[in-house]
Amino acid sequence: MSEQTILASRFINIGERTNVTGSAMFKRLILEEDYETALEVAKQQVENGAQIIDINMDEAMLDSEAAMVRFLNLIAAEPDISKVPIMIDSSKWTVIEAGLKCVQGKAVVNSISLKEGEAPFIEQAKKIKRYGAATVVMAFDETGQADTIERKYDICARSYKILVEEVGFPPEDIIFDPNIFAVATGIEEHNNYAVDFIEATRKIRQNLPHCHVSGGLSNISFSFRGNNPVREAMHSVFLYHAIRAGMDMAIVNAGQLEVYDEIPKELRDAVEDVILNRHDEATDNLLELAPKYQGDGKAAKAEDLSWRELPVNKRLEHGLVKGITDYIIEDTEAARLAAEKPLHVIEGPLMDGMNVVGDLFGEGKMFLPQVVKSARVMKKAVGHLQPFIEAEKDGKSQSNGKIVMATVKGDVHDIGKNIVGVVLQCNNFEVIDLGVMVPCAKILQVAKDEGADMIGLSGLITPSLDEMVYVAKEMQRLGMDLPLLIGGATTSKAHTAVKIEQNYDHPVVYVPNASRAVGVCQQLISDELRPQLAAKLDKEYATVREQHARKQPRSKPISLEAARANKFSCDWSAVDIVTPAQLGVQEVSVDLATLVDYIDWTPFFMTWSLAGKYPRILTDEVVGREATELFNDAQHMLQTLIADKTLQAKGVFGLFAANSVLDDIEIYPTVGQTVIAHNLRQQTHKPKGFNYCLSDYIAPKSSGRTDYIGAFAVTGGIGEDELAERFIAQGDDYNGIMVKALADRFAEAFAEYLHQQVRKVHWAYAPNETLGNDDLIREKYQGIRPAPGYAACPEHTEKQLIWDLLQVEERIGMKLTESFAMWPGASVSGWYFAHPEARYFAVAQIQTDQRDDYALRKKWSTETADMWLGPNLNG
Amino acid sequence: MTTLSKLSTLAKERILILDGAMGTMIQERQFSEEDYRGEQFANWHCDVKGNNDLLVLTQPEAIKAIHAAYFAAGADIIETNTFNATTIAMADYDMQDIAKDINIAAARIAKEVALEYSTPEKPRFVAGVLGPTNRTASISPDVNDPGARNVTFDELVAAYEEATEALIFGGVDIIMLETIFDTLNAKAAAYAVESVFEKLDKRLPVMVSGTITDASGRTLSGQTTAAFYHSLRHLQPFSFGLNCALGPDLLRQYVDELSSISESFVSAHPNAGLPNEFGEYDLEADEMAEHIKEWANSGLVNVVGGCCGSTPEHIAAFAKVTAGIKPRQLPDIDVKMRLSGLEPFVH
Repeated sequence: MSEQTILASRFINIGERTNVTGSAMFKRLILEEDYETALEVAKQQVENGAQIIDINMDEAMLDSEAAMVRFLNLIAAEPDISKVPIMIDSSKWTVIEAGLKCVQGKAVVNSISLKEGEAPFIEQAKKIKRYGAATVVMAFDETGQADTIERKYDICARSYKILVEEVGFPPEDIIFDPNIFAVATGIEEHNNYAVDFIEATRKIRQNLPHCHVSGGLSNISFSFRGNNPVREAMHSVFLYHAIRAGMDMAIVNAGQLEVYDEIPKELRDAVEDVILNRHDEATDNLLELAPKYQGDGKAAKAEDLSWRELPVNKRLEHGLVKGITDYIIEDTEAARLAAEKPLHVIEGPLMDGMNVVGDLFGEGKMFLPQVVKSARVMKKAVGHLQPFIEAEKDGKSQSNGKIVMATVKGDVHDIGKNIVGVVLQCNNFEVIDLGVMVPCAKILQVAKDEGADMIGLSGLITPSLDEMVYVAKEMQRLGMDLPLLIGGATTSKAHTAVKIEQNYDHPVVYVPNASRAVGVCQQLISDELRPQLAAKLDKEYATVREQHARKQPRSKPISLEAARANKFSCDWSAVDIVTPAQLGVQEVSVDLATLVDYIDWTPFFMTWSLAGKYPRILTDEVVGREATELFNDAQHMLQTLIADKTLQAKGVFGLFAANSVLDDIEIYPTVGQTVIAHNLRQQTHKPKGFNYCLSDYIAPKSSGRTDYIGAFAVTGGIGEDELAERFIAQGDDYNGIMVKALADRFAEAFAEYLHQQVRKVHWAYAPNETLGNDDLIREKYQGIRPAPGYAACPEHTEKQLIWDLLQVEERIGMKLTESFAMWPGASVSGWYFAHPEARYFAVAQIQTDQRDDYALRKKWSTETADMWLGPNLNG
Repeated sequence: MTTLSKLSTLAKERILILDGAMGTMIQERQFSEEDYRGEQFANWHCDVKGNNDLLVLTQPEAIKAIHAAYFAAGADIIETNTFNATTIAMADYDMQDIAKDINIAAARIAKEVALEYSTPEKPRFVAGVLGPTNRTASISPDVNDPGARNVTFDELVAAYEEATEALIFGGVDIIMLETIFDTLNAKAAAYAVESVFEKLDKRLPVMVSGTITDASGRTLSGQTTAAFYHSLRHLQPFSFGLNCALGPDLLRQYVDELSSISESFVSAHPNAGLPNEFGEYDLEADEMAEHIKEWANSGLVNVVGGCCGSTPEHIAAFAKVTAGIKPRQLPDIDVKMRLSGLEPFVH
């Protein structure tokens, strides 16, 4: 490291652009209240290397206090800016104090001084200490601003003594500003100003321990306004000498500092003569030389497009990393013309670019939505090259490996699988995606025909777990040796270890999320790494199995009889049962626009592997930027979907008389007709609470009172598959996934909306309810809407009853698969309970006595019961 | 001898034990709405069940019993039941006007129990708790306006001044800012505490404890551990630490980081693990004590205790495993300007 770099590394740049007194542009933005662009200015400074940013709102036309507060509060929501400390700059103490009340970090005040005497100086310093800030102290006293070396030093020393000895101010938090004044003004007395500053700095740093020295750099070159090259040269030369004297901070335009060594020697010498006041003609010489450097090569570039001047390979990389599609065809074509074969463009620069993307993603520097956008760019480029490659007919490109992926039979959920597919493609894997509801035989056949290197299975609903076990058994039976990857919301390491892995002799890998997929696949295709991974997994799974076997249930199991004896009950003669305003079945349709207000966005971000609660996630330090971008893209898509009506929401619900009989609920759709909803009861020891079952919330037949129950099925996904396929066919996986993710949100929003309508209008047991979306998301209302297949009623086949009761398929076209998954994927169905004390619970572990009882009620064999109750039986 | 020098002497000799969860212990008692109201608030116009701090007025014996259980378990310092006893947080129950009474009563109760258990060999201390309030001074409550705020610095200062003064009036030995998730709230508390000290011309030791909300390693308001430390270091607290949100396994790295930079003693009172799907904390006393023991052996801590889910059983286990282990030594830290935004900046 050269001496210069060592010194420079101890020097701090304070950003100067967010100052209304120094920047005409910033002033205009603040006066026009264009805070968004003003924030951009702050952000650019940090990007350009400002380590602290100075903020000044001292302008006569402004309510400076209000502007300071507003701007600082906005900055607090911009992690890219607020990561650095703030310097609160004002000549008015009230503005400084207002600013100090807005920053959670340790800030710097700019400035206080002895200008008004010791009393206010002490008072202000005490407060700054109490607010927890450092401070700049100007070399200014009752008689005025210090200009000579002696005055500068004396005022600083006096200030230091008062601060450290009387106020108890930490000396390391004192930054002296010994006043930088303009030189080369033509006035002889000004010629030594730079030297005065530099020498005063030396003395201050030598004699006042732990303090710092700073200054406003642009003052020094004030007389060369309009000639930036000369000004920048003056700044560099001044800093070069001042830093050596001990100046360790300065307010500068961080984007514009000329490197001392790169200033033309002629100019540098002339400037040095002026700064160091080396001879009487220094100013004149510089004035003479200055026009020669005026406007020299510093023409502002449109910064955004500077990457267009890079070599084509770098342009491709930039486009891929930034997800920019605008130039990709142009650049791909340029690369093709330069390449020997079109294929080489894919194997060369495009793959190199995607490797950068893969690395950045792996290091956590890029996030999933960006990677999916990169893939979109890649697909466009490849799409452009495809015809040329085919014309040459020189075979296929060498991929990393080939994977067959599918959502298993009976399941329609594929967002997660699609994301994994995209991420793998980005890493040069060839992905054969068989779609959803794929039978085992087809998956294995395609894997064989295509010579795949591995198989990936996905599923969301619990019956899919059994289907995965089946696939593993089949692979074993057929003597296959391909690694099997397992993923999806209900899958787990424990299930993989206990249920799947033992059925197959070759690697079975549980992949918890998309970002893990690449690493796993790369290890699996490597002859060297695969045995290592397999050995590691064997060990891990053995441990998981051991833990699983040892696991004691937290609460002891009890008999079904005992559980029923501890059922939730209430005084049924006193319960207020509201008769629904309208009984029977009704279809509902609703505009997507209405549903937008009911959307719970947090799960949307989870779909894209961005962790955090909405709306906080939008300002999250790590993922905030990407979350905001994703959210904006989603809003854009929402508007399109609403406008062109390509996606539709449909629903149906019914309200019926009902009574409970033990754990069953008898539903009376019409007079004389009875159908039965079967429920499961919690079966673990509950010393303080009840052993709940949904039937507890419906008046027992023996009470002699008629109660009511509701059922519903809604979808936000009429048209989702077609739309998604259309995007994917165009190489736009990003929007393909986006459509499905939004359809899911619409379905949930619809369920929320319909539930509210039922509570207020159709059943009308809570006609006066007034809850905002947050309260709806937190389920603050009376009554519940449990969904078959989830915690309170985990057995999936009960959905059939809802389908029969509401004629769901006939009325709105939603279907059930053989595993009782709903199609379209973006669907919700469930029951309505209005009981004031109804709450959600989890059935969790049940015992064989309940299985036998349930089988009897459902007229099932024990085997059938074992299959459908498996997840709750085995824990 | 001032409380500060007494505490500092003790903290150099051995690892001090802080108490465990208050809320968890109250929950176990399953108080009804009527219990919460007591006679005093029998006719209060809104529900008060869940207002745990109110119990110092309506069920003082129960709170005393909890304090006593922690002292019996070996705690050197117990915290007053005042986590929400500011005018700002009490407004949820329309009880802002009795926040002051709660602080005084909570301090008195705690001090009474402390005196019962105090011996010359093992003096017991009461830390008056200033909680984070339910509002955030540096985060917007409105998605559409990131510049909006639902509480100001001055409002927080006023609320904290009242609480601090009441706690001191009630007899606490220490002031503790804990579960800090927005540092600006804590800076207002620090400002208030300093102002009250100045007004009463009396200084008590201060304990500061922040909350790293998740695996991102940041406070809710986005600061890293070091940035948070820089923001509140000016208070020159007796101890600086971390509590809540995480169990000991996940919290360790941040305690370690704080331990390496803090000029004050270091405290930690983690949760008993992360809540399970039923919102309960699973980490048993012995298991958690293993972590605490490892921290102690690694020289990370001077004060340990428990947050959510911990019980007297946990505290007794901590006291047992840390007995005889040398506490963390105060490190030599260079004199530097230590600023921060969301991230630390040292110069």
